[in-house]
Amino acid sequence: MDAKDLHHGHSEHHTGAVITDHVHYQDTEGVIRFEADHGHHDGDRNKKNFIHTYIFSTDHKMIGKQFLITGIIWAIIGGALSNIFRMQLGFPDVPLHFIGTVFGDKWAPGGKMTPDFYNMLITMHGTILVFFVLTAGLSGTFANLLIPLQIGARDMASPVLNMLSYWFFFLAGAVMFTSFFLPSGAAGVSWVFYPPLSAIREAAVGSEAGADFWLISMALFIVSSLLGGLNYITTILNLRTKGMSMSKLPLTIWAILITAILGLLSFPVLLGAAILLIFDRSMGTSFYLDKIYMSGIGAMPHEGGNPILYQHLFWFLGHPEVYIVILPAFGLVSEVLAVNSRKPIFGYRAMILSMLAIAALAFFVWAHHMFVTGLNPFVGSVFVFLTLLIAIPSAIKVFNWITTIWRANIRYTPAMMFSVGFISLFISGGLTGIFLGNSSIDIQLHDTYFIVAHFHIVMGVAAFFGMFAGVYHWFPKMYGRFMNRTIGFIHFWVTFVGSYCIFWPMHYQGMAGVPRRYYSHGAFESFNKFGALSEFITIAAIVVFLVQLLFVFNFLYSMYRGKKVTELNPWKSNTIEWTTPIHPGHGNWDGPLPEVFRGPYDYGKDGEDFIPQTVPMRPGETTHHG
Amino acid sequence: MIAAMAMTEENKKQAGAQRFGLYLGLATIAMLFTALTSAYIVRQGAGNWLYVKMPLQFWISTAIIISSSVAFYFAKAAHRSANISKYRMLVWLTFVLGIAFIIFQYMGWLAIAKTGIYIDGNPGGSFIYVISMVHVVHVILGLVLLSIVAIRSTINSYNPDHIHKIGLMATYWHFVDFLWIYLFIFFQIKFF
Repeated sequence: MDAKDLHHGHSEHHTGAVITDHVHYQDTEGVIRFEADHGHHDGDRNKKNFIHTYIFSTDHKMIGKQFLITGIIWAIIGGALSNIFRMQLGFPDVPLHFIGTVFGDKWAPGGKMTPDFYNMLITMHGTILVFFVLTAGLSGTFANLLIPLQIGARDMASPVLNMLSYWFFFLAGAVMFTSFFLPSGAAGVSWVFYPPLSAIREAAVGSEAGADFWLISMALFIVSSLLGGLNYITTILNLRTKGMSMSKLPLTIWAILITAILGLLSFPVLLGAAILLIFDRSMGTSFYLDKIYMSGIGAMPHEGGNPILYQHLFWFLGHPEVYIVILPAFGLVSEVLAVNSRKPIFGYRAMILSMLAIAALAFFVWAHHMFVTGLNPFVGSVFVFLTLLIAIPSAIKVFNWITTIWRANIRYTPAMMFSVGFISLFISGGLTGIFLGNSSIDIQLHDTYFIVAHFHIVMGVAAFFGMFAGVYHWFPKMYGRFMNRTIGFIHFWVTFVGSYCIFWPMHYQGMAGVPRRYYSHGAFESFNKFGALSEFITIAAIVVFLVQLLFVFNFLYSMYRGKKVTELNPWKSNTIEWTTPIHPGHGNWDGPLPEVFRGPYDYGKDGEDFIPQTVPMRPGETTHHG
Repeated sequence: MIAAMAMTEENKKQAGAQRFGLYLGLATIAMLFTALTSAYIVRQGAGNWLYVKMPLQFWISTAIIISSSVAFYFAKAAHRSANISKYRMLVWLTFVLGIAFIIFQYMGWLAIAKTGIYIDGNPGGSFIYVISMVHVVHVILGLVLLSIVAIRSTINSYNPDHIHKIGLMATYWHFVDFLWIYLFIFFQIKFF
């Protein structure tokens, strides 16, 4: 396609109102320039229509914001669901009449939620938080915002695929949201979606149409993730600016790259598992189903399948998914820690290698979720060994973070507080992982509140802290304004202390054998002693949820009323996103792309506070980090 | 996917990025089929397995998809040597052979069903149906893209720069061809 064709193609798409109205071309100096299309005068550049700019945008920065705001909405929904089921666990006798108002009276006759509704809540809470918030909301936001800005590119390799990635995510969300209001409700078979419960429509209320919607939504979500991941990897590996070698990339970009590779290799496997499940549900196949006798129906026609097969496929995605959630947080936290410590990140190469090691090991540990499925004990012992190996790169990262802030002249910003909080959570949650990784201990702790406490701390709250650190830190780049510091500190302290108040006691419940996912523990005399503890957890959960609304208020308020950014580089950071204008247009840099000469962590080098990546190396100067 | 990529700018860096992106896309498809065929092997190892003999129609469809790939190989060569009429003819031939492949796959499914092996029977049969159906979905995606290439070949005049997009199309088309050959051989192996 020559330049003439290109213009032609673009004007064609104006009517479709979805394609960029910018043409990029490479001038004789090899500099890619962004110019207004034919039919637009230079003055019109910022006068694009609303749909182009805010809805079907192909600008990576706008797509990042779309992911973030959609993620925030889903986080509020997912968090609210957890508060509702925490009420059932802590205060089962308090009537909740609003459930009937919102979802229909049959779910809570007399304000008392039904077990089916409880199942629906925990399923949706898990699905929404793991996939919509901590995968799409976290990766989608920061990969889109930071990749082109930090590697020095005009946009993603394919802005159109990038836009499609958001819209598939949006569609997945729409389908999932609709399922709440089906007559049989949303899926209620837990977010892991194990057959036979998920494979037989008649098995439970939550296995009916809601489960179909869940599968459709996840299929759309997988497409979104794959399109996004494909774009992230291609962009990082192909469109770095001059001088930006892989060894000069900020750790945020390394983390996003490794995350995207993990997603690309593991999400298709979940899709495979989902396809077989859809056939079992709708076409009468028996991939996951063997002879089953259902009360009220009799013998089911299925024969010869194996439900454990689903677990293998699911956890082959499911375990890498845990790292898809946590790795971007690693990257964001590393960057924020170095900037606010005014010190180079300790062990830049070790940080990259440990992330690569974690990513590689992620594919060989899936069966540690399946120690109680009748797995051969010898196979189990191999998975124990491989699982415990993950402690090594994880410990390297923790020590490097601590060494980075050790004796630093720390600037306490909300982003920094959340980063330090992240280290605390990652250690607390990581240590219980060593217990759970041992098959012999896991048999006692499996499916108890101990595991709930473990993964909420290590990947739930910790990943949220990484996300908060990223939002507070890059908010000035997104909106040209700062978020309010005081509210930020209140948000941090209540969330930090509150999260420990929620999840720390759960360890004791779990060690005593209190099973997770149960609607009520009232039938077990021995668990009655935890009644007061459950009430405490519920109160803590509600407080933590309310303070997140304070964060949302701060976010929206600062968007319009926050303190304006007056200098290009407010955090005195080395990375090149701060060399763009305060309000960067589509194309990011007004002039030519910046050239990079040094790594991103030259803080406190040779007595200088910071040396941006765009400053050439001085004669005889050696690189800082090794 | 490729069609969407066609919107972006045409320079060497971008072209390299598109090819790279396509390889990543193919890697995800490969992972999907790795998952499905692994499940096949694991399930076969558990016993109670019905071995399905490949129907004649699948042999024919295999021959068709191979010839379709060959046709597109020569189409690309014709475009490179600026023989536009030969190029147009071969692109449309590829497209028609692609449709013929799907028809013979469908006839193959009917033939398997005729022997009493239905999709909701023993997993040994269900896997053959489902895996080959998922493959056909990828062939249909290829046909959608191929129809764009074919229509453009008819409307547009010759332009040597088109070879980049044709090359991307060729890579995808050969990939789904090899994927079927792999699956077809795979289905004939008794692992246990």
